[in-house]
Amino acid sequence: MSLVRRDFLKTLGLIGASLTVGKSLGATTKKKNKTEFYGVLIDTTRCVGCRACEWSCAEANGLPEPTEDEGVKIRKTSVSRWTAVSEYGTEDNPIYVKKQCMQCMQPACASACLTKAMNKTDEGPIVWREDKCMGCRSCMISCPFDVPKFEYDSPNPKIQKCQMCFERLEEGGVPACVENCGGDALLFGKRKDLLEVARSRIYNNPDDYYHHVYGEHEVGGTGVLYLSSVPFEQLGFREDLGTTAYPEYNKNFLYSVPVVLILWPVFLLGLNNSTKENKKLNEKKTDNHG
Amino acid sequence: MDNTRETSFLKFFLQELKPKGKIITPFNVITVIIVIISAVILFFRFTKGLGSVMDASQTRPWGLWINFNVITGVAFAGGAYVVTFMVYILGLEKYRPIVRPTVLYGLLAYMFYAGALLLDLGRPWKVINPIIGNSFGLSSVLFLVAWHFILYMIAEVIEFVPTIAEWAKWKRLRKIFLSLNLAAVIFGIALSTLHQSGLGSLFLMAKAKIHPLWYSEFIPILFFVSSIFAGLSLVIVSESISQKVFKNIMSTLHVKSHKNIIISLGKICAIALFVYFSLTILVFIHGKNYSYLNTPWGYWYLVEIIGFVVTPCMVFLFGFRLNNIRLVRIAAIMSIIGIILNRMNISTIAYQWYENSLHFPSWMELIVSIAVILVQIMVFRWIARRMPVFNESPAWVKVKKGIKLVA
Ligand code: SF4
Ligand code: SF4
Repeated sequence: MSLVRRDFLKTLGLIGASLTVGKSLGATTKKKNKTEFYGVLIDTTRCVGCRACEWSCAEANGLPEPTEDEGVKIRKTSVSRWTAVSEYGTEDNPIYVKKQCMQCMQPACASACLTKAMNKTDEGPIVWREDKCMGCRSCMISCPFDVPKFEYDSPNPKIQKCQMCFERLEEGGVPACVENCGGDALLFGKRKDLLEVARSRIYNNPDDYYHHVYGEHEVGGTGVLYLSSVPFEQLGFREDLGTTAYPEYNKNFLYSVPVVLILWPVFLLGLNNSTKENKKLNEKKTDNHG
Repeated sequence: MDNTRETSFLKFFLQELKPKGKIITPFNVITVIIVIISAVILFFRFTKGLGSVMDASQTRPWGLWINFNVITGVAFAGGAYVVTFMVYILGLEKYRPIVRPTVLYGLLAYMFYAGALLLDLGRPWKVINPIIGNSFGLSSVLFLVAWHFILYMIAEVIEFVPTIAEWAKWKRLRKIFLSLNLAAVIFGIALSTLHQSGLGSLFLMAKAKIHPLWYSEFIPILFFVSSIFAGLSLVIVSESISQKVFKNIMSTLHVKSHKNIIISLGKICAIALFVYFSLTILVFIHGKNYSYLNTPWGYWYLVEIIGFVVTPCMVFLFGFRLNNIRLVRIAAIMSIIGIILNRMNISTIAYQWYENSLHFPSWMELIVSIAVILVQIMVFRWIARRMPVFNESPAWVKVKKGIKLVA
C-alpha cells in the first residue's frame, strides 16, 4: 500500500495540484510496517452466547443497550450494534459466534476512503473520524465483510462500526468486550502472539478444532482471528474471499495513473503535430497542382 | 472593463434571460412538475436522512443517484473527449460542427452529475475535505475520480469559454481562451481516460459482491472502451433530436453535414463495440466463468452481451454500409440501453447477487434522477438557443484571418 501512496504522490505532483501532503504521508507509511498490530482471538468453541460483550460494547461506545428479545439467532451488526452474537450449529450443539469489524491488516475500507476518515491506527484498530467523513459509503462498497454501517435515517449520518475500543487501548486497556467476556472466549494481544495461541490450541486439542485459523490469511490477514469446531462456512463466514489484501485489487489501476498522465499528453501532442504537418504537406501539394 | 460596458452587458444578459420560444410546452410543464416534486423529496432527504427517500440498505449502499446518474451518466458524457480527440488531435475537420454541442453536453453532464453525487453524499458539507488537502485519501480510487472530475470540468470550461465569449462579445477573452484550447483538449482526454476507467475501478474492491460474470480485474479497461461508443451513441441521438428542436437556429453547414457525420460516427461506434466485444470475450475466457453461463445469471449476461453489444455493433455496421441513418440511430439507442444495462448490472443488479432478491429504486430516487437529467436538458437548451453552439459564430469572429476555423 505504501507503494501505491508514493506513486500516487508523484501523480499528484504531475497534475500540478499544489498539494503539500508529502510530510505526513511519508511518516505514516514508515511507522506502520514496524509495529505489530494488536488483535483479538475469538474462540467460538468457548463462547457460551451470553452476549455480555454486546452489553459492554454498548456501554463503552455509547450505543443503545441491547435487549433480550433481540435474542441469539443469526444476526448482523447494525448502526447501533457494533458487535452481535449469532447462533449457528444445531439445537443440541449450538455454536455461538461473535461478529464485528475484522480489523483487517490492509483494510479495504481505509483504502477506499477518499478523506482518510477510515484510518488504520498504528495499534491496529481501524477508526472512523467524524470530522473527515463525507458519507460517500465507498468503505461499505469495499469492505469484504459488509461491516461499516451508515445511519440512513439521520440528516447528520455517521458510519458506525467496531473500532476495537481504540481509546481504551491508548490508555493501556483492552477492548471492553474482551474484558467482560463471560466465557473466556476472547483474547486480546499482539496478533503474532494470538496466532501462536490459536495454533497451539489446535495442536493440543486436534479433535476439538477445525484446523484453520480464520483471519490468518483471509483478505491478507485480519486483526481479529477465529477458531471453530466446524468449517467456517457453517458459521456464516465466507471462505471465498481469497488471501489477497484488498487494496491490491486497486493497484494496477493506481499504478497506471501516472503513466497515463505522462504518456498520453505527450503522445497526443505528437499526434497533433503530425496531423498539422500532414495538413501543411497536403496544402502544398494542392498548391503545386493549382 | 469600464462601467458602461458592464452595464450594457448586464442589460444584454437580462435581455437574454427572457425565455425564447414557447413557454407552455408539454416538455416544460412536465419538467417543472418533476422539479417541484424533487424539491420536496430533497427537503426530506436533507432533514430526515437519505433513508427517508432512498431504497439503499446496509448491504447496498449506493442508490440510483450514484449508480445511474454518476456511474452511468458519465459514460454518456464521454462523447466530448472522443469528438475533441478526433477534431483537434486527428484533425478530422468533418466533425467540427458537432464539437460545440458535444463539449457543452459534456460540461453540463459533469456539472449535474457531480451535483447528483453531492445529493447522495451523507455528509456533503465535508466534501471540501479531499479537495483542500487536510485529508487526502491517496490510495483511494474515489479520491482520484473526484479530482479528475474537477480538473476535467475546468478543461471543459476552457474549451467552452470561446463560445460564451462570442455570445457576450468578449473579444479579448475569446482569444486568450482559444490559445489554451489545445492544452485543455489534451489534458481533458488524459483525464477522461482515467476517470472513465476510474469509475469502473470503484468496484474493484467489491470483488466478493459482484457476480463473477460482471466482475473482473479488467473492469477499468472495459469501462474506458465502452465510454467511447456510449458517448458517441449519445451524440448520435442528441444530434438527431437537435436537428428537429434547433432547426431554425442551426447553421446550414450543421444541417447539411448531419447525415454524413452520423453515418461516420456509426462506423466508429461499430469498431469500438467490436473492440469492446472482443475484450469481453477475452475477459470471459480469462475468468473461466463457463459454468455460470447456463444459469439465470448467465442468460441475463448473454442478453446484455448478445442483445446490446453484438446486435448494435451489427446494426451500426449495416447502417454504415447501407448509408442508412435510421439504422444508425436505432443502433445508437440499442447501445445506449446496453450501457445502462451494463452499468446497472455491475452496480445494482448483479451486486450482492447471492441475496437473490430483486432490487428496485424507490420512486422518489427515480424522480430526482430524472429531474437532474431534465434540468440539464433545460440548461442545454437555454444555452444552445443563445450562444453559437449550433449556429454560426457571429460575423466579427470571421473577420480576422487565420482563426476562421476555430470551434
Ligand atoms: S472488516 Fe471491513 S470495516 Fe473492518 S477493517 Fe476490514 S474492511 Fe474495514
Ligand atoms: S463514507 Fe466516510 S469513512 Fe466511508 S469511505 Fe466515505 S468518507 Fe470514508
